[in-house]
Amino acid sequence: MSGVCVVLEQKDGAVGRVGWEALAAGAWLGAKLGLDVSAAVIGAGVSAPASAAAAKAVARIVRIEHPLLAQYTPDGFTIALEQFIAQEKPDYIVFPHTYQVRDFAPALAARLGEVLISDVVAIADGPVFTRQLLQGRLQGGYRHTGTGPCFVSVQAGAFRSDTLAAGSAAVTAFSPTIDAAQIRTRPDPPFRASEQTVDLGSAQMIVSVGRGIKEADNLPLVHNLAKALGAELAASRPICDNGWLPLERQVGSSGQTVSPRLYLAVGISGAIQHLVGMKGSQCIVAINKDPDAPIFEVADYGIVGDLFEVVPALTQAIQASKA
Amino acid sequence: MKIIVAIKQVPERDAQVRIDAVGKWIDESDIQFALNESDAYALEEALRLKEQHGGEVVVLTAGPERAGQTIREALAKGADRGIHIESSDLASCDALAVAMLLAAAIRPESPDLVFTGLQSDDLGLGQTGVILAELLGLPHASLILHVEVSSAGLKVKRELEDGWFQSIELPMPAVLTIQSGGNKLRYATLMGIKKAKTKEVRKSPAAELGVSAAPVVVLESISLPQKQRSTQILPGGPKEAAAALVEKLKFEARVL
Repeated sequence: MSGVCVVLEQKDGAVGRVGWEALAAGAWLGAKLGLDVSAAVIGAGVSAPASAAAAKAVARIVRIEHPLLAQYTPDGFTIALEQFIAQEKPDYIVFPHTYQVRDFAPALAARLGEVLISDVVAIADGPVFTRQLLQGRLQGGYRHTGTGPCFVSVQAGAFRSDTLAAGSAAVTAFSPTIDAAQIRTRPDPPFRASEQTVDLGSAQMIVSVGRGIKEADNLPLVHNLAKALGAELAASRPICDNGWLPLERQVGSSGQTVSPRLYLAVGISGAIQHLVGMKGSQCIVAINKDPDAPIFEVADYGIVGDLFEVVPALTQAIQASKA
Repeated sequence: MKIIVAIKQVPERDAQVRIDAVGKWIDESDIQFALNESDAYALEEALRLKEQHGGEVVVLTAGPERAGQTIREALAKGADRGIHIESSDLASCDALAVAMLLAAAIRPESPDLVFTGLQSDDLGLGQTGVILAELLGLPHASLILHVEVSSAGLKVKRELEDGWFQSIELPMPAVLTIQSGGNKLRYATLMGIKKAKTKEVRKSPAAELGVSAAPVVVLESISLPQKQRSTQILPGGPKEAAAALVEKLKFEARVL
């Protein structure tokens, strides 16, 4: 087989959103290059996610199964995929750019003398793969010039999984040969951190507050909005400089770079130092009284108005929509 | 315990970057450089392990002459010596070729641990450590926030997505890529800065490391991102606008 092979990531028997997005990227690439698109799911028993994937318009689904793949390890996944690639010889291997993929795909590519083109945000004719550089201040166009398969991982939110057509693909199985001694790391089951830990980088939703909030006593307004959304609370630099929120909640060039699904900027004018930290967000909403605030240049949706009126109204509307 | 920390000099976060004349990289003439952020955390973790268990921390970098300054800064913070793979031509190398250079410098050192930062602030590939592990034939773990020496070798805390973490045990020698934020970074002391001047920095010309690899991935061009989004301003009073926004977020952007 040649063609495009998308390696879906599954967790607890389900393919995650970014997995479907990777499949959409693979489908785009296949259509563009006239190549068959298949997908692979890795684990100890992956019938359920394989069946879900088989309901998409792809040529074939492969279950890569072995008892030693029940829990993710970089050694297990690298060995399994190395053998799978040797048999199937795909031209392109597309991954979602997840923490798991970042942990093994570079090693897998290197084992075959290749380099993963990581964190791709767009694909153009060529194919030329676009990645962000310097935290999004610039972007670069990358081309694969190697003779082996081209490895690509796509950024969350960069491709739309709702463009995937329905289908009914055949499901086949691939059984890699893995010896327990080849797996050198011993992972414990994942655990959740206490609620105090701030991990804005992996937050799906962020409510971020700026100077427009005027004083610390007004912060409950945005706390309530964040709570209604199930979002993390973040801030622009002045808020943290004032000590109103801890530094770890700062987004921007001197703080964290975030790319959540939803970034809701409240009373933030949008200085470039802030924008570089959040403009990679999938959907940006700005609430600001100044219609000329630069934050609106990067916003998908905006409300021009007094945040002291808009934020409580929005909190209520969200609570009502969830009720 | 001997720990090698691979570090990278990158443009300062607030540097005003301009695309160079040929459109392949940025104009470096007027910008300031600094130690890559997650590499600073890798160095910090290494220094803390050395304080607990003794041994040596060696910083390793590949880069042009100016990268020597970043090595000095690491020595001032407490690293014992430095290795500088000198090359003014790394821009034409892909991640594999750079890792091959680093691996060639690491092998004769036979370290117990190799640390890298999670990813560089300039290219952001996030691969060097994982490729290094493959080239060195060592086990690895990435996105590490905390390292403990255990009876089996190491017990590390790995960051997962959405606020999840995981402990992983692995034998030494090993390669770890370190995530930012696990420790509070130290500053160089005056005494440290003074001492750094006398510490050994071995220069190793890239051409003498016996690495030759044609690039398999090429950065063809760089450009400004198409950053302007078309903003929909939601009209009406606070209540109407808020209700309209929730509708949009649910059914158009589909983020709720």
